[in-house]
Amino acid sequence: MIDGTASDIAATGFDLVLAAMILGAGLFAVTVRDLFGAVVFFIVYGVFVALAWLRLGALDVALTEAALGAGLTGVLLIGAVARLGRRTGTQGTDALSRRSAFSVRSVSQIATMLVSAAVSVALGWAFLSLSDSDGLRAGVAANLDASGVSNPVTAVLINFRGWDTLLESIVLLAALIGLWSLWRDDDWGRRPGLRQHARADGVLAMFGRLLPPFGLLFGVYMVWVGSSLPGGAFQGGTVLAAVWLLMMMAGLMPPPMVTSARIRAVLIAGPLVFLSVGIIGAFAGGFLGLPPAYAKPLILMIEAALTLSIAATLALLVLGPPGGPAMPSGPGDAP
Amino acid sequence: MASSSIFGLCGALLIGMGLYGFITHPHLLRRLLAFNVIGSGIFLLFGATAARLPSAATDPVPQALIITGIVVALAATALGVGLVLAYARVTGRTTLPEDGAPTDPGKPPR
Amino acid sequence: MSVSLAIVALVTAPLVAALIAVILPRWGPWLSLLVVAGNAAALVVLIPAIVSQGALTLPIGGWQAPLGITLRADGMALAFLTMAALVMAAVLVSARPEFGGGGEVTETRRQWAFWPLALLLWSALNVVFLSRDLFNLYVALELLTVSAVALVAIDGKADGLGAALRYLMFALLGSLAYLLGAALLYAQHGTLDIALLADQAIGGRAAVDMMAVGLMTAGLAAKTALFPFHAWLQPAHSGAPAPASAMLSALVPKASFAILIRIWFEALPGLATPPLLVTLGAMGAIAIVYGSVLALRQTRLKLMIAYSTVAQIGYLFLIFPLAGGDSYMQPWAAGAWTGVMFHALSHGLAKASMFLCAGLWIVAAGSDRIEAMRGLASATPMIASAFALAAVTLVGLPPSGGFTAKYLMLTSAFVSGQYVWAAVLLIGGLLSAAYLYRPLAVAFARDGDAVFKPVPRLAQAMPLMLALAAILLGLASQGPFALMQIGRPSSAEAGLQ
Repeated sequence: MIDGTASDIAATGFDLVLAAMILGAGLFAVTVRDLFGAVVFFIVYGVFVALAWLRLGALDVALTEAALGAGLTGVLLIGAVARLGRRTGTQGTDALSRRSAFSVRSVSQIATMLVSAAVSVALGWAFLSLSDSDGLRAGVAANLDASGVSNPVTAVLINFRGWDTLLESIVLLAALIGLWSLWRDDDWGRRPGLRQHARADGVLAMFGRLLPPFGLLFGVYMVWVGSSLPGGAFQGGTVLAAVWLLMMMAGLMPPPMVTSARIRAVLIAGPLVFLSVGIIGAFAGGFLGLPPAYAKPLILMIEAALTLSIAATLALLVLGPPGGPAMPSGPGDAP
Repeated sequence: MASSSIFGLCGALLIGMGLYGFITHPHLLRRLLAFNVIGSGIFLLFGATAARLPSAATDPVPQALIITGIVVALAATALGVGLVLAYARVTGRTTLPEDGAPTDPGKPPR
Repeated sequence: MSVSLAIVALVTAPLVAALIAVILPRWGPWLSLLVVAGNAAALVVLIPAIVSQGALTLPIGGWQAPLGITLRADGMALAFLTMAALVMAAVLVSARPEFGGGGEVTETRRQWAFWPLALLLWSALNVVFLSRDLFNLYVALELLTVSAVALVAIDGKADGLGAALRYLMFALLGSLAYLLGAALLYAQHGTLDIALLADQAIGGRAAVDMMAVGLMTAGLAAKTALFPFHAWLQPAHSGAPAPASAMLSALVPKASFAILIRIWFEALPGLATPPLLVTLGAMGAIAIVYGSVLALRQTRLKLMIAYSTVAQIGYLFLIFPLAGGDSYMQPWAAGAWTGVMFHALSHGLAKASMFLCAGLWIVAAGSDRIEAMRGLASATPMIASAFALAAVTLVGLPPSGGFTAKYLMLTSAFVSGQYVWAAVLLIGGLLSAAYLYRPLAVAFARDGDAVFKPVPRLAQAMPLMLALAAILLGLASQGPFALMQIGRPSSAEAGLQ
C-alpha cells in the first residue's frame, strides 16, 4: 500500500529491514551449532520481535514480548545451559546433536526442510487470502465504559475475557508445582536456584542494590497505568520478578524455601482473589461479573494480587530447581 | 507494503523455520527454543491479522489473547527446562532415545 | 442451588481446592473428597434441569459472545462430566495410601505436588467439556497438559522423566497447531465462539477455514494420541504411578477428542469431504489393529493396558466415517454418533478401573509381569472381578456400556453398507478379547503358590465401583442415551458435508 509519500516509503523500508533482522536472528537461533550462541541469538530475536509489535501498534504485546518472551525466557535458557555444562553442548558426548548444524546431511533433513517451507508458504498464502473482518474492535469500544478501565487490552484481559486470564495465572502455578515436583527428595525443603557466590562489592551486587527501588516503582507504576495506558498485571509482574531475581542472583536476598508457607501463600493469592471475586459475583448475579459501578476498584484489587503472585511465580519458575550442575556427579545420583 | 503484511509473512516464515528446528534437533533444549520460535511466529501472524485494516486501530482482542499465549508458552518452557535438567541429572542425556523404549527395561515401572 | 451456580461449581470447586492444597498439603485428601461431593451435587442439580429445559448456556461475566466466553451444559458435556467425576472420585480415594502422608512429620515432595496437580487436571477437564470458546479451550488444554506431564514425572525416575518429556514435546507441537488454527478462524470470522462460528461459516467451504480446521485436527489428534501420533502414550501411561495412569488413560485423551467433536460437528460441519472422513476413520482403524497386536505381545501388565488405550482411541475416530457421511446414505448416523459417545464413556470407566487394578496387583505381587500375577484372583477377589468386568466392557460383551457402543456403531455401519468399518469393529473386539484373556487366565489360575501382600478393602472397592458403573452404563442405557440427545448437534444426524 505504497501511496508515494516519502515517509511511507521510509516506514516500509524500516519494516523490511526489521523483518529481515528478525528472520536472521531466528535462523541463527534455530541453526547455529553452539547451544549458548543459539540462546543469545534467541534473546536478540525476542528484542527485534518486540520492536515489530510496536510497529503493529500493539504496545502491550511489545512490553510482554520484551519482558517475558525475550527477557525471562532468555534467562531461563541461559540458566539451563549453565547447569547442563559443556558436556552436553554440541561437541563431545552427544553425538546426536552434531546433526544440528548448517550442513545438510541426510535426505530426511531435506524433506523436513521442504515440509517446513511448504508450511510457511501455505500460511503466508492463508494470511494474504483472509477475508476482511473487523474483529471485535466495535464490541470492545462499545462496552469499554462499562468495563472499569480505559485501556481496551486490559479491559479484554481482566473483564471481557477474565476467565482466560484467571486460568492462565493458574497454568503458571501448575507449571511451578510441576517444576518443584522434579526436586530430588533429599533436596525438598532447600532453597531453589543455583547457589550464588556474588562478591559483595561486585558489579552484580551493586546493581542488585541500586536497581530494586527503581524497579519496584516501575513495576507498580506499570500495573497502575495498565487501566488506562499500556501495561498491566503481567508486564508489571515481570518487572517485579526481574527485580527479585536480580536481588537473589546478587546474593542480597536468599531465595525462599520451597516449603515456606509464606511463599506458598503469595503464589496462590492472585488466583484466589480473582476466583473469589468471580464466585461472589456468581451469587450476586453473574460468575466473574464486575458491576460497572465497582469495576474499577475490583479490577485494581485483582490486578494488585495477581501482580504479586505472577511476580513470585515467574521469578521462581526462572530460578529453577536447587543445586549445581545437572549432570550426574557420582554413582549416588543414579536412579 | 503495509507493516501488517510484512510482519504477517515474516510470522509465516518463522513458523516454518521453528518447525524445521523442532524436528531436526534431538537436543531437548534446542527443541524448546524452536518451540518458542514457532510460538512467536504464530503470535506475529495473528497480531498482523489484527492490524491489517489500515483505517482502524489494532484489534485489542488478539492482543489480549497473544499476551495470554506468551505467558502460557513461558509456563510450558519453564516446565520443559526443569524436565530436561532432571532428565539430564538422572540419565546423563539431553536427548530422548529414538525408539520410544523405556530407558531401563530391566526395572519394573511403578 | 440454581443451575448456573451448579455450572460455576463444576469449574471452580477443583480450582479453589487445588489452591488451598498448595498451602495446606495435609488437607489434600479431604479437600478432594469435598470436591467430589460438590461435583456430585452440581451434577444432581444440572442433569434433571437440562433434561427438562434443554441445554443451558452461561455467558461468563455477563458478556455475551463474541466479546465474552460462553459455557454450555448440553447432554454430551454432562455425560463426560459425570464420567470424569466417577473416575476422579475413585482415583482420589485410591491415591490416599500412596500420597496421603499418614503420620509422617515432614512433608515429602510427591505428597505436596500430587493433590494440587490432580485437582488442576480435573478442573481443566471440566472447563474443556463446558467451554464453547476456542481460545478458552486452548488455555484449558494447556492447564491439562502441564498438570498431566507433571504427574507423569512425579516419581522422578528416568523412565517417568523421559516419558514426560516425550509427552510434553508432542503436546507442545499439538497445542501450537491448534492455536494457529484458532487464530486463523478468528482472523477470518471475528469470533472464537463455536455457536457463532457455525452461523458465520454456513454454506461456504473457504480454503482458509479448511486449513485452520486441518491444523486444529492434527494438533488435537496428536494430543489424543491417534495413530500415527501415538508414540508418547505408552511410555507416559505405563510409566506414571497407577492413580495418575488412570487419569491419563481414561480422561485426558477424551478432552482433546471432545474439542474435536465440537469443532467438526458443531462449529464447522460444512467442511468435511468424503476422503477426509475416510482418512480419519482409517487412522482410527490402523490404531485399533496396531494397538491390539502390540497389547497382545506385552508381558507387563501396565504396558498391555497402555497399548490397549492406543487401540481403544482408534474407535473414537470411527465417528467420522460412521456419523459424518451424507444423511441419505446414513440413516443411522445419529446412532453412530451416540455409539461413539458410549464408547468414550465406557472406555473411560473401564480403563481407569483396569489401571487401578494393575496398580494394586503390582503392589500385591511385587512385580508388573503378567506371569507374576498367577493365582492372584483368590487373594484379591474384588480386584479380579473388577478387572474381569472392565474386560467385558472393553471387549464389548453384553450387558456392558461397551456393548451398547459397539451395537450402535455396528448397526450404523451395516445399515449404511460400510462393511469395512464393521469388519474393523469385529476384528478389534476379537483382538481385545485375546489380549485381555491372558492376564485374567493367569490371575484366575489355581496352581499359583506365591505369597501376596494384602490389599486394603477400600482400595479394592474403587476399581470395582468403576467397572460396575461401566456395566451399568449398558444395563440402564436408556437414561444416558436420552441425556446425550439433549443439545446433540444436528449434523450428527444430517451428516457433515
